[in-house]
Amino acid sequence: MQVRYSLAIPTLAALFGVPAVAASLGASIEVPRLNVSEYHRPYVAAWIERADNSVAATVAVWYDVRTRTNNPEGEGTKWLKDLHQWWRRTGRELQVPIDGVTGATKPAGTHGVSLPDAAAAKLAPGAYKFVVEAAREVGGREVVSVPFQWPPTKADQQRASGSTELGDIKLELKP
Amino acid sequence: MTLSLRTLALATALTAVGMAHAHNAWLLPSTTVLSKPDTISVDAAVSNDLFVANHAAMRLDNLLITAPDGSTVKPESEAKLKHRSVFDVNVGAPGTYRIAVVNAGGFASWKDKATGQQKRARGTPESLAKEIPADAQEVTVTQSVGRIETFVTVGKPSAPKPIGQGLEMVSTGGAFTDLAKGEKATFALHIDGQPAKDLEVTVTAGNTQYRDQLAEVKVKTDDKGQFSVTWPTAGMYWIDASTKDNKTTMPQAKERRLSYAATVEVMP
Repeated sequence: MQVRYSLAIPTLAALFGVPAVAASLGASIEVPRLNVSEYHRPYVAAWIERADNSVAATVAVWYDVRTRTNNPEGEGTKWLKDLHQWWRRTGRELQVPIDGVTGATKPAGTHGVSLPDAAAAKLAPGAYKFVVEAAREVGGREVVSVPFQWPPTKADQQRASGSTELGDIKLELKP
Repeated sequence: MTLSLRTLALATALTAVGMAHAHNAWLLPSTTVLSKPDTISVDAAVSNDLFVANHAAMRLDNLLITAPDGSTVKPESEAKLKHRSVFDVNVGAPGTYRIAVVNAGGFASWKDKATGQQKRARGTPESLAKEIPADAQEVTVTQSVGRIETFVTVGKPSAPKPIGQGLEMVSTGGAFTDLAKGEKATFALHIDGQPAKDLEVTVTAGNTQYRDQLAEVKVKTDDKGQFSVTWPTAGMYWIDASTKDNKTTMPQAKERRLSYAATVEVMP
């Protein structure tokens, strides 16, 4: 089993002319702990934007994905439009849920996300921005973006920080 | 003064609905961008301040709601309150809905032959024909066509089909519900489907009651009837324009007054 597997990868790579290990993009998104009387977990969208603001990939969308049984009003998707920038750029074009992209809202803390290898392979070389937007019910909204170059030439870490609805945004690039 | 001009223009537009001292006529949707089908509420009023209902409720007899596919949607929970009218709109299909109050009619003034008294009336061509006596003197009839509207989108915006009648705002590629602070939007004004050239358009941000100045932005349409606005802040905006010509469709009228007002939302 092990032998067959390790043999298969180089064969496939040779066949399609792609490197066995592609460049990767991962990030951590900090949802800050807020001391407010009415706290709801924020809706968060993370995506990759080209220099002309068009969207190359949606990396993550965290929203109220509860089903009909425990969210009888099915209100979850109603507030997706509050992620104004993501909604205008790409959200309204997409059908949620999206496998590997959408998920439930996250509690305060640091959460990892990564660009699937298939999506990374499709990124053309150039300048991009990793954008994170958070919107909280009866709370605020914030957009934080981290510029980066693709593909990365060396292992690199970029970061930016939000001031209200988002904490540290760390971007990890590997060639 | 600009305010009195605006008041006059709108007053003429609203004669058909019977407002003696009309100010700003507006429709205010509770929201213009939705990610799933829902019911939205709309306020409709004629007021001094944008968008504060402090003068008169708008009559909804001529309310027409058009779905993205062109079909007509019936308003729900309609009510006329003292200072504003309200109604709900069930927006179910993806695309942009047009919510419009269209007032078409005319107003007339004449001198009564027997008494020499000055008389006035407003209404439809038929009702005016009935009201003006055959022997009336110094009859002047003015036709008026006014459109007050707003737009609401579910999902991805679509471009509402132009009406082709009266003064209206049409898309130049962008959507009426895809406006954002700091960005430039370009629209066109048409009269009976043709570009309205060299027409002054006024763009006023809402919440006028919290500003010392109206802070309205005036722009002129170009040869294609186009005008552009770069939105300084997020919020609800009121776009209005008015003009007159002699292309009357009312037999008695020599002059036609056209007016247009739209409420649009600008996102942060």
